[in-house]
Amino acid sequence: MADTAEPKPFEPVIIGFTCNWCSYRAADMAGTARMKYAPNVRLIRLMCSGRLDPTFVFKAFASGADGVLISGCHPGDCHYLNQNYKMLRRYRLMRRVLAQLGIEPERLKLLWASAAEGAIFAEEVSKFTEEVRALGPLNWNPDRGLQTADKVAVSPDHGPSSIEEVKA
Amino acid sequence: MSAEKKPKERIGVYVCHCGTNIAGVVDVAQVSAWAGEALKEEGVVIARDYKFMCSSLGQELIQKDIKEYGLTRVVVAACSPHLHERTFRNACAGAGLNPYLSELVSIREQVSWVHTDKVAATEKAKAVVAGGVRRVVHHEPLEPLHVPIHPATLIVGGGIAGIQAALEIAEAGYPVYLVEREPSIGGHMAQFDKTFPTLDCSACILTPKMVDAGNHPNITLLTYAEVEKVDGYVGNFVVTVRKRARSVNEDLCTGCGVCWEKCPKKVVDDKFEAGLGYRKAIYVPFPQAVPKYPVIDRENCTYYQKGTCKACEKFCPTGAIDFAQEDQILTLEVGNIILATGWQLFDPRRIPNYGYGRLANVFTSLEFERLSNAAGPTGGNIVLRDGKTVPRSVGIIHCVGSRDRNYNNYCSAICCMQSLKFAHLVHEKTGATVYNFYIDIRTPGKGYDEFYQRLIEEGTIFVRGKVAEVTDAARNPGEEGKLIVQVEDTLIGKQRRIPVDMVILSAGLEPPADAREVAKKFGISCSVDGWYIERHPKLDPVATMTEGIYLAGCIQGPKDIPSSVAQGAAAAARIVSKIQQKEIALEPVRASINEEQCSGCRICNDLCPFNAIVFHEDRMVSEVNPALCQGCGTCVAACPAGAIRGTGFSNEQILSQIEGLLLLNLAGKEAVVQENA
Repeated sequence: MADTAEPKPFEPVIIGFTCNWCSYRAADMAGTARMKYAPNVRLIRLMCSGRLDPTFVFKAFASGADGVLISGCHPGDCHYLNQNYKMLRRYRLMRRVLAQLGIEPERLKLLWASAAEGAIFAEEVSKFTEEVRALGPLNWNPDRGLQTADKVAVSPDHGPSSIEEVKA
Repeated sequence: MSAEKKPKERIGVYVCHCGTNIAGVVDVAQVSAWAGEALKEEGVVIARDYKFMCSSLGQELIQKDIKEYGLTRVVVAACSPHLHERTFRNACAGAGLNPYLSELVSIREQVSWVHTDKVAATEKAKAVVAGGVRRVVHHEPLEPLHVPIHPATLIVGGGIAGIQAALEIAEAGYPVYLVEREPSIGGHMAQFDKTFPTLDCSACILTPKMVDAGNHPNITLLTYAEVEKVDGYVGNFVVTVRKRARSVNEDLCTGCGVCWEKCPKKVVDDKFEAGLGYRKAIYVPFPQAVPKYPVIDRENCTYYQKGTCKACEKFCPTGAIDFAQEDQILTLEVGNIILATGWQLFDPRRIPNYGYGRLANVFTSLEFERLSNAAGPTGGNIVLRDGKTVPRSVGIIHCVGSRDRNYNNYCSAICCMQSLKFAHLVHEKTGATVYNFYIDIRTPGKGYDEFYQRLIEEGTIFVRGKVAEVTDAARNPGEEGKLIVQVEDTLIGKQRRIPVDMVILSAGLEPPADAREVAKKFGISCSVDGWYIERHPKLDPVATMTEGIYLAGCIQGPKDIPSSVAQGAAAAARIVSKIQQKEIALEPVRASINEEQCSGCRICNDLCPFNAIVFHEDRMVSEVNPALCQGCGTCVAACPAGAIRGTGFSNEQILSQIEGLLLLNLAGKEAVVQENA
């Protein structure tokens, strides 16, 4: 309450959605093994990444998150057979919609992490935090929407992976 | 009373110190003070911090507050919900609050243990608490689902761990199906000669247990069989087992052995005899096999390959040979499952510099077990590959494929003791000079270190160092015709070349080649190394994360015989206690469809992996069958009409949690915006 007065360097806030069976347990494992990662991510546990309603992601961005991490079991390892594939479809769609809304699609990250991959989880969270930090705070401007969407489709600035994602 | 915005729930917030586990990084007092002040509007009426919330005193604190403050919701900020969610739910239930009106948020595994910046960690802990508070408001009172438990148990793997578990459950009076891939139960222990450190004969202690399992009225042995499919859930699994055709009618066969005596086709036995001996095309793996019925190996049988022979059929006194027999598909209903699928030996061909497969007199540990076994191909004579020469010097290499970052990082746990046992047997039977090449000697077990001391007294030579190479390229006449072990003796700091007649590679244990596939079939997870993951590495090494599926023996990680037996018995005890409860309470996390809102689009029908959603053509609405629903929530996320509700993970709960997690930031950002304006 008292410490909002001084201007502080930008610290991104990331909301992470994890599944009960793999990625939340990966986060637990990172904890049990005392691996260190950036404190910027705040996790929400879902039963399955397939539960991820796109609304959740947009709600997070609208409520002040600078980045959103979606994490689930590796393809083929889903506790509910194949629901992570359904999340994957939504993820690709969401990246496109984000671009159209004027939000850099790179602010949404997908991470497969099995219950044994605490180290990978920790490492990727820190990496993503730095990526979002580089993007800067999310100053959402709805007017920029179309313009950015065009840019994503043609400009190489966003890197080949994102263009592929958008086209896919 | 007449306040304009009165929170609808009365929430208690409890922040755990966990000794210094949380309090060492997170300023818990600050978090609880903040929650009590800043979250007042959210309905927080009391916020406390306490040393150990999970202790009985901590739980009593919550219970007292529920009664005194009339709490309707409880948020505990402590460890992972996977550890103590049940504890705090029970505490609430004890005070008359519906257990599902509580929420455990993790500030240990996800805050204090992974962050070092105390200020940032404290801020994050506040956000996590705010998320929990916002979420818990939308919790509903729920009742767990009660499902009956089928009294039968499936045990996969008939090694010593599986046999022990089967006997324990059968003795308690419940039916067991013991499924084994090989024609006989017994597992690797049946191949061993002596067992460390007591040197009692492996077969002598194992075979009585095998016979007991074979004769027990409550145990159904399904050998030469494999699990194909697993459906259902705890208490009510439906398992499909393929019982491969033995080509022998078990009702008629007496196990007399005439068939395998008369069979003209000799086959190298690379399973039981580790490639050192022969068996026939119709065979029992070893004389004490349980069950005693032989199997025709169709790939090697002359009749199946060329169409003539049938010697076994001609000589069988009871007419038990059945060439037309087909695989049987069995459907079993069981309440619980134990996986005891064991291990396989690390293939030392992967380390070419040790020469296995290229240099004749380099043996694996399993080969040596057969060589030394009185029932083995050499009648227990330790000889070189030529079958007659007795070695005068033997080198035993430890940690082959274990504790080696090129192969497996883990310690295989049994190789040190196994190597000491080999050294003793070689010494006793041949009088040869024995060298043990080790990195560290690890003998943590009852009587284990005493055995090591005994070996030192017996005159075994210990060389500390990782062997670089085993070669037959002699550099001087003394090395001619020998295998030379090139090793750095780290205790004297010198390279040494030690010529020996025989080298034994004490190869490590690995998960079976198809362990990952099997894990997927049963819906459990593997560690990076491929061993199956237990529910808790210390406090629950027997259960898995999947309810109703338990582990026993090496499939959970390399271990010796006593530990495998103990784990088999432990898994059995757990299951027996479950069966005796007759029913099990399941999390009421299920989807349900509001028919008023359902447009009948049927999108959810195809998304459900469990076919739990049925469509009513007459009313044009879908409905979820709660018995089949597993609660993943995919349909909830996909319903375009928002007609599906995911109990325990509803949209309101998740959306409010997002808001809560970002509460601090929102406040901060608004302040900044105002300043700018």
